[in-house]
Amino acid sequence: MIHQLTKNCNNSKSIVIIGNGVAGITCARNIRKGCNAPITVISAETDHHFSRTALMYIYMGHMRYEDTKPYEDSFWKKSRINLLNRFVTHIDSAKKQISFSNGENLNYEILVLALGSKPNKFGWPGQDLKGVQGLYSYQDLQLIVENTKQVKHAVVVGGGLIGVEMAEMLKSRNISVTFLVREKNFWNIVLPAEEAKIIENHIHEHDVDLRLDTELKEIISDEKGRVKAIVTSKGDVINCEFVGLTVGVSPNIDFVKGSEINTDRGILVDEYFETNIKDIYAIGDCAQFINPINGRRPIEQVWYTGRMHGETLAHAIATCEKTVYNPGHWFNSAKFFDIEYQTYGDVPSKLPENLSSFYWEHARGQICLRIVFEKSSQKFVGLNVFGIRMRHVILDKWLTEGRTIEYVIENLSSANFDPEFFEKHEKEIRNTFNRNQFNITKGI
Amino acid sequence: MKNESISISNPDKGKLNSTEKFSVALIAIGLLILVLSSFNVKLNNNVYLPISLSSLLVGMVIFARQKYLNDLPGIKNNGVWFSSLSSRGIIGWTVGIILTSFYVIIYWFPSLLGLGENGNANTGLVALFDPLSLALNGKVASQWFVYGTLYTLCITGLGYKFILKYRHNRYQIIRTIVVIISQFFLAYLIPEIMEGLNSDQAYFAKDVKNMWPLNYYFFDSWHIDNMKNGGTMGMIYLVWGIVLFLFVTPIITYFVGKRWYCSFVCGCGGLAETAGDSFRHLSSKKVSAWKFERYSIHAILVFVFIMTGAVLYNYFTNTSTIFGLDTYTWLRQPYGFLIGAAFSGVIGVGFYPMLGSRVWCRFGCPLAAYMGIFQRFKSKFRITTNGGQCISCGNCSNSCEMGIDVRAYAQKGENIVRASCVGCGICSAVCPRGVLKLENADEENRINSNPISIGNNSIK
Ligand SMILES: Cc1cc2nc3c(=O)[nH]c(=O)nc-3n(C[C@H](O)[C@H](O)[C@H](O)COP(=O)(O)OP(=O)(O)OC[C@H]3O[C@@H](n4cnc5c(N)ncnc54)[C@H](O)[C@@H]3O)c2cc1C
Ligand code: SF4
Ligand code: SF4
Repeated sequence: MIHQLTKNCNNSKSIVIIGNGVAGITCARNIRKGCNAPITVISAETDHHFSRTALMYIYMGHMRYEDTKPYEDSFWKKSRINLLNRFVTHIDSAKKQISFSNGENLNYEILVLALGSKPNKFGWPGQDLKGVQGLYSYQDLQLIVENTKQVKHAVVVGGGLIGVEMAEMLKSRNISVTFLVREKNFWNIVLPAEEAKIIENHIHEHDVDLRLDTELKEIISDEKGRVKAIVTSKGDVINCEFVGLTVGVSPNIDFVKGSEINTDRGILVDEYFETNIKDIYAIGDCAQFINPINGRRPIEQVWYTGRMHGETLAHAIATCEKTVYNPGHWFNSAKFFDIEYQTYGDVPSKLPENLSSFYWEHARGQICLRIVFEKSSQKFVGLNVFGIRMRHVILDKWLTEGRTIEYVIENLSSANFDPEFFEKHEKEIRNTFNRNQFNITKGI
Repeated sequence: MKNESISISNPDKGKLNSTEKFSVALIAIGLLILVLSSFNVKLNNNVYLPISLSSLLVGMVIFARQKYLNDLPGIKNNGVWFSSLSSRGIIGWTVGIILTSFYVIIYWFPSLLGLGENGNANTGLVALFDPLSLALNGKVASQWFVYGTLYTLCITGLGYKFILKYRHNRYQIIRTIVVIISQFFLAYLIPEIMEGLNSDQAYFAKDVKNMWPLNYYFFDSWHIDNMKNGGTMGMIYLVWGIVLFLFVTPIITYFVGKRWYCSFVCGCGGLAETAGDSFRHLSSKKVSAWKFERYSIHAILVFVFIMTGAVLYNYFTNTSTIFGLDTYTWLRQPYGFLIGAAFSGVIGVGFYPMLGSRVWCRFGCPLAAYMGIFQRFKSKFRITTNGGQCISCGNCSNSCEMGIDVRAYAQKGENIVRASCVGCGICSAVCPRGVLKLENADEENRINSNPISIGNNSIK
């Protein structure tokens, strides 16, 4: 796996990357490891790369903004990566030039678009009132700090990961929260019903008024243009001074739309991250694969994929060698208040005909494990886990080797990644599995 | 982008409920008695000492229970960068100044605390502790007895608080129980009682785990003589002290890393982990701090070796100089003053609220440096990074009291193998993505580096 850039093509073309998020920055850093080309990274958000995933921790007072920067400020100069705080308004691909909102221009030979996402808004009445916002950027963080001063009750709309994070943030400042989730089960596009139930209980435990199967209908203004209440799809009126809209994100590509670069929901790219225009690439949240890769989603909006996009494209640019994007097994993780979640491989929320799953839950109800496997061959295809940490390397290996579910259950201890002295559950899991084996083989 | 913009929205959260107020009042009473007696207000020591100590302990226990047991188990770092105490605010500075002054007085002006000099009876604060000292070792108290008692009290009370804070994490619970027991029995009770039993013999350090070079005077002539003249007990301490340093420490460090000492049994570490826990994030994570650390801690280690070499030379040759220089004036005294007192005590603890809780352990402790060399080059211990799961959030680095930029390794998928890591396990505890695991395993592949994250097969 060690990639030494032996075939250094000495790319000396000037490279401009728009976006200093994980995708753009990983790309810049990895190009620099392989060649000496001049690199400029542009962003209108912050001077330096910071970790978007840590926004909540700044709000909750665990860290300060400067603690969320993965590299010291001096790193960029040392790596000869030029940083520019500008807002890009236009790309002229004929002249190979981009324009900034201040009227300046900049020429490029290779352009990488790593523009990220922006929060969705679905045209609700009142969605632009004061005290109503999403959470994506550093500016959103500053805004939520402002917006939640003196707030007693808040409503969070949309049951995804950022929604739970926002509920946790607000609770940390002693603001009571009503949490509206359209689906009947929490995050049910990803979580099977049992897992969803655990999270729902845990959200309740944290004194959040979780309302499933409920949508936002309207946001009501006070006389000063600030939110004073919302109306739900069930007709309930809830008084609140803050509304968080966390109903997903979409590619942040407004200024690209209408240019020669082809877009759909995101910027359309092939498996090499090439757009339809030569020397222009797109990576990270804003890229949309024309042909989805390895059966994954056409738009991948997580941290890890942004990083992998950046690594892959950097390799291509630094070595002048076309490099096809070939992600391995899916993995992801999150934390819902106090419950840690990890997933490896495929775990569909609704199992198709050919798959079955084994599910174990701890009596305390905050720890669980689901292993999905193929009915016919018993092959292990993925797992979800709450409250137990698992080893990425081992699970990745098992998935690649096509191990059976029996093998996985037998060897589960070797995949345990919990801290030392933690309570072990493997034996109980194995016993439960053996008790149920009859049903499993029949695929019930 | 300064932090001031992010102030707490609902200040009433800071208000205390009535039980909390009661616990704070108890602590205040306990402290008040100490302060009054320092100012020589006449109290009945037999009555007021137990009142003071027990109200401090009970106050801390009630406060901790109120603070943590009303919440669900989980990471409790809300507002650490907002609170004045833990973010170098006015309260933080005040506490720092008080602590620092206390250390200065105890080291250099103990008479201010009432230590009876030249055979005079104790007065003031030291006298307050006479009854307890008499009960344990049959002698009146010294300023060090006062210090040791309060130190042990802090580790016990605030250790209990730490256990409640991390009650979802067994590593932290077990570690802290060991810390409390080590301090209470090995460092405090047993040495005091043995001192009493051996009272006809000269003094020597009786804390079985306080080894050279942390205990820098172990090989000083007077200490060796005292151990030699200390009967069987003294000889046991002499042999054990050498075996512990030469064999036991390298071997245990090989198997589990230096954490067995720094985060489980050491008194300095114990105070840092319990009383210092609120300040752990204040350590500097800068590369420049790391550079400074490598110079300072190894310079002190080298100095201790030279000093001890000279002292042993003196001992065996019955001299008091080396190369014409007086070892006391040129080596022992400056070390004792600058390192033993000023650095490990005044700065090491007094500056908790400014520089974080492990300043001494990180920049100064020669024992930590010694074990660190084994940990870095010959040990099974490492912090394993979980493949590609890191989201670069920074919680780990933020919480590392040793100022290790854990994230710099984790986000590259690299294991953390650092001389300075004391294995407190907090980075692993606070990581929201389950990325870090302290473990002892094969030396092979301990230090790995995968430039491309697991999960990406694009680049072979
Ligand atoms: C609160 C929150 C929590 C998250 N938590 C997780 C998590 O736990 N795990 C996970 O996997 N993912 C998480 N994500 C998603 C993850 O952060 C994103 O997938 C990832 O950051 C996207 O990286 P990117 O580099 O593609 O884009 P971004 O990080 O969005 O970077 C794009 C940058 O480009 C700049 N830009 C865009 N247009 C212009 C322009 N015209 N001119 C100048 N600059 C421009 C933007 O301002 C931005 O700075 C979270 C997201 C949020 C908002
Ligand atoms: S806390 Fe965990 S996820 Fe965050 S930077 Fe550290 S290792 Fe990575
Ligand atoms: S790296 Fe982790 S375990 Fe080691 S000292 Fe720092 S926080 Fe503690």
